[in-house]
Amino acid sequence: MAGLTLQSVVKQYGAHPILHGIDLAVNDGEFVVLVGPSGCGKSTLLRIIAGLETTSKGQIVIGDEDVTHLQPGDRGIAMVFQSYALYPHMTVRKNLSFGLENLSLSKQEIDGKVAEAARMLAIEPLLDRLPKQLSGGQRQRVAIGRAIVRDPKIFLFDEPLSNLDAALRVQTRGEISRLHKRLGATMVYVTHDQIEAMTMADRIAVLNGGNLEQFGAPLELFDFPANKFVAGFIGSPQMNFYEGTLRQVEAEKVTVEVAGLGLVAVPVDGSTASVGQSVTLGIRPNHFHLRAQSPASDHKISFRADYSESVGTETYVYGKIEGSDTSTIVHLSGHVAVDENDLIEFGVTPANIHIFHGESGLSFAKRRADGSLIAP
Amino acid sequence: MSGLASALDALWAFVSHIFDPFCGSVGVFSLFANNTLLACGDSGWGDEIGFGFKVTVTLACATLPIGLTIGFLIALAAQSQEKPLRRAAAIYTTIFRGLPELLTLFIVYYGLQIFLQAALAAIGFQERLEINAFFAGMIALAFVFSSYCAEVLQSAFKAIPNGQYEAGAAIGLSKTKTMLLVILPQLIRIALPGIVNLWMNLLKDTALVSVVGLTDIIRQTGIAARVTKEAFLFYLIACALYLVLAVLSSIAIGFIDRWTKRAGASR
Repeated sequence: MAGLTLQSVVKQYGAHPILHGIDLAVNDGEFVVLVGPSGCGKSTLLRIIAGLETTSKGQIVIGDEDVTHLQPGDRGIAMVFQSYALYPHMTVRKNLSFGLENLSLSKQEIDGKVAEAARMLAIEPLLDRLPKQLSGGQRQRVAIGRAIVRDPKIFLFDEPLSNLDAALRVQTRGEISRLHKRLGATMVYVTHDQIEAMTMADRIAVLNGGNLEQFGAPLELFDFPANKFVAGFIGSPQMNFYEGTLRQVEAEKVTVEVAGLGLVAVPVDGSTASVGQSVTLGIRPNHFHLRAQSPASDHKISFRADYSESVGTETYVYGKIEGSDTSTIVHLSGHVAVDENDLIEFGVTPANIHIFHGESGLSFAKRRADGSLIAP
Repeated sequence: MSGLASALDALWAFVSHIFDPFCGSVGVFSLFANNTLLACGDSGWGDEIGFGFKVTVTLACATLPIGLTIGFLIALAAQSQEKPLRRAAAIYTTIFRGLPELLTLFIVYYGLQIFLQAALAAIGFQERLEINAFFAGMIALAFVFSSYCAEVLQSAFKAIPNGQYEAGAAIGLSKTKTMLLVILPQLIRIALPGIVNLWMNLLKDTALVSVVGLTDIIRQTGIAARVTKEAFLFYLIACALYLVLAVLSSIAIGFIDRWTKRAGASR
């Protein structure tokens, strides 16, 4: 196994830039997920790590070796493709062993590795079948098996669950996580599904428009997003945003005026702020509490419901804050009966409110529970 | 050494006579057409038609590997990153698919003769040169076959996902090995129906070479028809022989198809 370091990786197609100087350090044995919207460059970055694309500038280091100009087969990586890319004319056994036959391994060694991978992934009964005789989930496991037998320094996954149905996705997600713990391997995993990212990753790299927006632990990204983009991208449903103006600035607190919310005092670092500045205020849907269950210190909000969706264990209420035109989603646990046009009183804990600079979108620094300041 | 060669020659003549499907000991004409216009020997046209059949089959079989090879190279060029190669491939396929086969044959037969004569004259060789009709036919048909074959192979290439190449690269295969071990087996399966179709056309197109004097089925049956004034009979024989070739081809192709499926399953 080995770590991975990307140093100022740039990718351009002609004059069109795809990646703008990505710096990323993945620790040995870490599971890192690259997320971002379609076209943000995450798959390109993975393909650059694999050697399937060349860098325009920058360096890729695996372990202690600069692999920037090495062929894919010489980098010590194994890749699991979105389409699985199994060889349709070869049996599962042959698919697993094919890559090893290229190396100077004895037949015994190859058979041993294939048998071990097949046992690990519970695909022994499938070894003599062709890919066309397998289900999506089985193909997925064979594709992972083909990576395992190579005993690579780094596993690369390119949206491997996107072709599976919802139930199988959840199951396979768990299998990949267990596999990671079992192998202790370094894994880099690309997805656009942030639920996948949040549940599987040790750390998440959020990309947008070819830039690395933030790199950190899942809950760090959720609780302390570096900017408005990360705040909106991580978390489902998406964070609610409201435009406002700074009315009062103190070292440990700023007060924002927002239509419908009035004056909201938020405990953030005000050292980079100035009165009159445009800001965006962000509240996650799950941070709204019914007034009856919310402490007196919470900021009070009146909300007019348009409609609601209940899935039994949770309820999503869609509407607007009274006096505001901005659509708002509220996520309540359990089943809550809400009718159209109902006026509901909510409370929001000020510490759970995020503030972003109007122009740059950067987050105002917040304090962790231990008192340390998190600057974006 | 020459004694051995003549002995082998005699053995081959004996074996081919016994197994000659037309005029051999168990040949169709020998068994069923004695004392008719299709009899073998001087009394009938059986051996001439049999020879024409062999020429047709030989021409088609000689053209196939050349056409496939050129077609494969043209298909590769058509997908190349290099624009000049792509353009050259497009020009090649446009020309040879656009021209009537007969015209291509004439251009190759007469043009090649003129070109080679001029080339030899340039190095001081003044002898009169005549191109063999079989060779000219083979080259002309190979050009036509390869231009259509290139299109079939190109669409087969497009049907193979890019991930197959990348998966090969990711496990350390060179481009050549990826092509031979990963892509080609899939390409054959995908392209087989199209190539079979082209092979059937090639068998029929061999008939065109009779116009430049090649003694194939059409030429031999044509001569027999003119001499005996039994045109309908001999052209019916020609039809039967082409249909026999088609049926035999279908059987052979069935075997190839099953073999490719089995080869896939046994890997």
